[in-house]
Amino acid sequence: MPITKVEGVRKDHKVFLYTLSTCGWCKKTKELLREKGVAYEYLDVDVLKAEERKAAVEDLHRRNAPLGFPIVIIDDNQLISGYQPEKILGALGL
Amino acid sequence: MTVTIASVKQRAESDARSRGYYLNPDPKFLSDLFEGLKTNEDRYGYPSCPCRPGTGVYEQDRDIICPCDYRDPDVVEYGACYCSLYVNKEVYDSGKPIPIPERRPAEKMFPELAPKPAEVLLVTATSSQTTGRILWYCKQCGYVVFREDAPYICPICKAKKEFFAEVRLEVQQRTS
Repeated sequence: MPITKVEGVRKDHKVFLYTLSTCGWCKKTKELLREKGVAYEYLDVDVLKAEERKAAVEDLHRRNAPLGFPIVIIDDNQLISGYQPEKILGALGL
Repeated sequence: MTVTIASVKQRAESDARSRGYYLNPDPKFLSDLFEGLKTNEDRYGYPSCPCRPGTGVYEQDRDIICPCDYRDPDVVEYGACYCSLYVNKEVYDSGKPIPIPERRPAEKMFPELAPKPAEVLLVTATSSQTTGRILWYCKQCGYVVFREDAPYICPICKAKKEFFAEVRLEVQQRTS
């Protein structure tokens, strides 16, 4: 899986994003995390090969993820769908 | 025809004007959306919604080709479409569109998760059974035409063939 790692000074939470490379709200979410110095990883689902995409979709299904990108997963258990700065920062204690 | 940011922009501006909509008031966000639409048109041959996962299969993505089937009800209910390319005057004036809930059914989003077709017997009744011709409507202007294939270009609004969708009547009958 072509997961991209973005460095940041805040590393106290594991932050993982399912995103689309073309999506405006996904870009805003990535920018928000970068501005706040949060380290995170992301996977652009739209650029995946068929097999990788299937695995990503199955993972989202297993997590009972709501529809709508970006999907932000914090510490592997908390899931936030869509660009929701307050919720995301709240979950990160910022 | 080469897809350019200028051609994507011009199409969106002209559509917004003819429908009484506005485009996203944030220039950076708007240019990201144009970029996303161009990427998808280069990638799939049609400009599918930048904020939804396209499959590359035209039949599966037909409802999310921009302007998508959900734009009009979304602008009416929330003042903006799902990716926030099209907004109404109120949202435009506020300068700050916010994300809205997804209206598209889940099984369309990820066809991988859709129930197997064998569970449902789909009886399709279209006029094509007798004449070979069917009804097509232009998703951009609403023009309807009765013919075998969609027009190459909409005679009313000049939208490309990809903007035409078939009008179908379906009767579903469960086998069990």
